[in-house]
Amino acid sequence: MDVSHLVELNKNEAIEPFEAGDTVRVSAKVVEGERERTQVFEGVVIRRNEGGAGANFTVRRIASGVGVERTFNIHSPRLEKVKVVRRGKVRRARLYYLRGLTGKAARIKERART
Amino acid sequence: MSLEGLLGKKLGMTQVFDKNGTVHAVTVIEAGPVTVTQVKTEAKDGYAAVQVGYGDKRRSNKPMRGHLKKLGDFRVLREFAPRGDGEVNAGDRIGIELFDEGDLVDVTSVSRGRGFAGGVRRHGFHGGPKTHGQSDRHRAPGSIGSGTTPGRVYKGQRMAGHMGAEQVTVKNLRIIARDEGKGLLLVAGSVPGATNATVRVTHAKSHSAKKKK
Repeated sequence: MDVSHLVELNKNEAIEPFEAGDTVRVSAKVVEGERERTQVFEGVVIRRNEGGAGANFTVRRIASGVGVERTFNIHSPRLEKVKVVRRGKVRRARLYYLRGLTGKAARIKERART
Repeated sequence: MSLEGLLGKKLGMTQVFDKNGTVHAVTVIEAGPVTVTQVKTEAKDGYAAVQVGYGDKRRSNKPMRGHLKKLGDFRVLREFAPRGDGEVNAGDRIGIELFDEGDLVDVTSVSRGRGFAGGVRRHGFHGGPKTHGQSDRHRAPGSIGSGTTPGRVYKGQRMAGHMGAEQVTVKNLRIIARDEGKGLLLVAGSVPGATNATVRVTHAKSHSAKKKK
């Protein structure tokens, strides 16, 4: 059993609250050889995995015609910030159906501001 | 003198990130505080040790109360070897200030009992074939020896039997983090025993661990 509730988790204020279906811009540090730089990845959140210290989320985007998915650890210090670009209206928590769709069919309606 | 370790309670496992973003699987141990109940000396007892009490108990029996004076009632009393400088007296309460982040520790506890376990679980036997007309052979131990010569089964032949619920020590585990306020130690890797088991955490005894100090 995960007992992460006993442990102080890294609180990153730069992570805006977001849900599946939202379009987000994620800044994450990547190590290239010796150097460390920030990489930006923008796309649709297709899932959020809660789970204490191991909580993560997956972002999907179409890069030069190929679907690319990246999973980020929410509590990792390598994750710098998450900015919500657009709120999406979806009816399920896991948007795996997007993998089978391209172009117009893969659009997500914008959610009215709450 | 101070003492070499503490008693604590295994709370469970989780994972933590370090500054580089590397994830460590850790066991959370609520270590101490323990109360020193007796200081044994070379002169009086023939060897030096610190006896400590840990855990709550509603009521001790009369001989125990006589031994503990007014220090309280403890579920377990254990001895630790002395270590380092600093004086310890009966009645002192000692917590995780004994350990620093990055220290190597040995953790001793009673492993989870598996009851009467077969050879596959207990000794890692492979069992028999699953297919090709096999019946009743899937988890069987196979041959346990030769025939007429020697006409007996050798002593020490590994077989099914009682497994677990024995004292196990895991050595050289690194302390990844400490929580002074809650008295928690985060130790890299797994630790024997069930959740809520009493564990004994001591400074690592191995030669290489001491050299690093």
